[in-house]
Amino acid sequence: MTATTFERMTDATTAPALSFSGVSMIFPDGTHALRETTFDVHPGEFVTVVGPSGCGKSTLLRIASGLNAPSSGSVTVDRSKLGYVFQDATLLQWRSVLRNVELMAELEGIPKAERHKRAMEAIQLVGLTGFESKYPKQLSGGMKMRASLARSLVLNPDVFLFDEPFGAVDEITRERLNDEVISLFQLSGFAGLFITHSISEAVFLSTRVLVMSARPGRIVASFDIPFAYPRPPELRFDPAFAELSGQISHELRGAHS
Amino acid sequence: MSVTSTQADAVTALDVGPGADPDLVQELVRPNAPAKARFEWTRIIGPAIVFCCFIGVWEWMHRSGMRLLFDKPGFLLPSPATVVDISFTTALTRSNLLNGLKWTTVVALLGLGITIALGMSLAILMAQAKWAERSFYIYLVALQAIPVLAIVPIISSVFQEGGLKPRLFVCIMISIFPIVTNTLFGLTSADVGQHDLFTLRGASRWTRLWKLQFPAALPAIFTGFRISAGLSVIGAVVGEQFFRGGAMKGIGIVMEDYRQKNRYPQVYGGLLLAAALGIAVFLFFGWLSRRVVGHWYEASRKPT
Repeated sequence: MTATTFERMTDATTAPALSFSGVSMIFPDGTHALRETTFDVHPGEFVTVVGPSGCGKSTLLRIASGLNAPSSGSVTVDRSKLGYVFQDATLLQWRSVLRNVELMAELEGIPKAERHKRAMEAIQLVGLTGFESKYPKQLSGGMKMRASLARSLVLNPDVFLFDEPFGAVDEITRERLNDEVISLFQLSGFAGLFITHSISEAVFLSTRVLVMSARPGRIVASFDIPFAYPRPPELRFDPAFAELSGQISHELRGAHS
Repeated sequence: MSVTSTQADAVTALDVGPGADPDLVQELVRPNAPAKARFEWTRIIGPAIVFCCFIGVWEWMHRSGMRLLFDKPGFLLPSPATVVDISFTTALTRSNLLNGLKWTTVVALLGLGITIALGMSLAILMAQAKWAERSFYIYLVALQAIPVLAIVPIISSVFQEGGLKPRLFVCIMISIFPIVTNTLFGLTSADVGQHDLFTLRGASRWTRLWKLQFPAALPAIFTGFRISAGLSVIGAVVGEQFFRGGAMKGIGIVMEDYRQKNRYPQVYGGLLLAAALGIAVFLFFGWLSRRVVGHWYEASRKPT
């Protein structure tokens, strides 16, 4: 539970589902976003990265997904079954919830009957049953994020990337969505990589929390989170939870300077 | 008790399917949710007042305005009652005008159809690459800047006659710009995050165009349709006045014939019909737009 150097964290028995090796990112405008970042996420692991804003956390996910190529270093991941939830729900406004959830499967060329079945299951998993025919403009912010989650679930992802997905929703909705993510994680056992700047969200969700430094970002600390799943909401008031949050907060303040 | 009934009402009003999580339904019941559309007197009163003022000013112009303002006789602008009476209650005049309107409608709609096909194709082409946009755009602006009058002699020596072709040419020239610019704007309006989704799954250019850019562009495309529809009527009337030859005596020609005989009520009657045609196509595309995109498009207009 103490801060460990993150190199220690790479000793796992299974092959990693997602592996960053010496990844650096310098954008064409000269912004040095990431420096020599190396870490693995194994199947059944839920890793959250916290860090000051603008430290390159989102860039990490864009590189993992192949949306951006790193300037140097390499990423190993099977992108055929990759889920990715963005900061915004990015639903297509002209599609109903059902057709939005079907989108990724549709682009993947999964036959209509099969993707409809999967979409209905995913909608049920995120608790949007009854809203299949609604359009995005009729949904609240939290419900849009649920639809966005369901859209990725349809691909049965082995690796699930979350880019600060609940930053824009209110506290209560965020906690409910956190519960939702945990139950999905337990159900399908994907390897999760989650970005947030909320320490309590990070500790609550993860098996491991990585702290990133200010730009150019690199991992400066790693914390194992020992609490068993499923994690009840009261966990947030547990002294051990507070203690861990405090340590991460301390590291984060160090990372700012 | 009251909470339960509110919630039940909300479910009915929101029309969610069976099995909806009541907490989520509650989430949707915002206090500022718009009430069901009620009949509003202001929707009638405003236009009615403006219409009365319009008729009033017209009548005044006929009785004294023309003389006071322009030192011209009042018969140059007949009163509204005279215009309606002479143009639309005498069978011969009415059929003359309506026959003219028919030909103008043919040219305007045909021209609009070609404009839409041509304009959208051009916009789709331009949306494919920045270089295409840069290369073509300047010509469109030039097209917009050239007065039709300036190229009438060229058009007439090319087409050698009156009739359909030169009129269509003028109609298209006048109405194409809004279609291209609105379609182009629409095609590039899908947000970056939505594009990322398609990139993630390695979508082809065609898939991206068809499933993302085109639907995202629809509201803007319909705005273009509405503007161009009005312009196509103008284009048709302008075209037939320059190219009067042929059997198709459009409303512009009929009006000009009447004017030469100093029969002004009929001229204004024709004007009203041409305006009505413009309004009709404009309203049609507004209706079509609401039918096609109304259920999902959220206009970013502030509630008044």
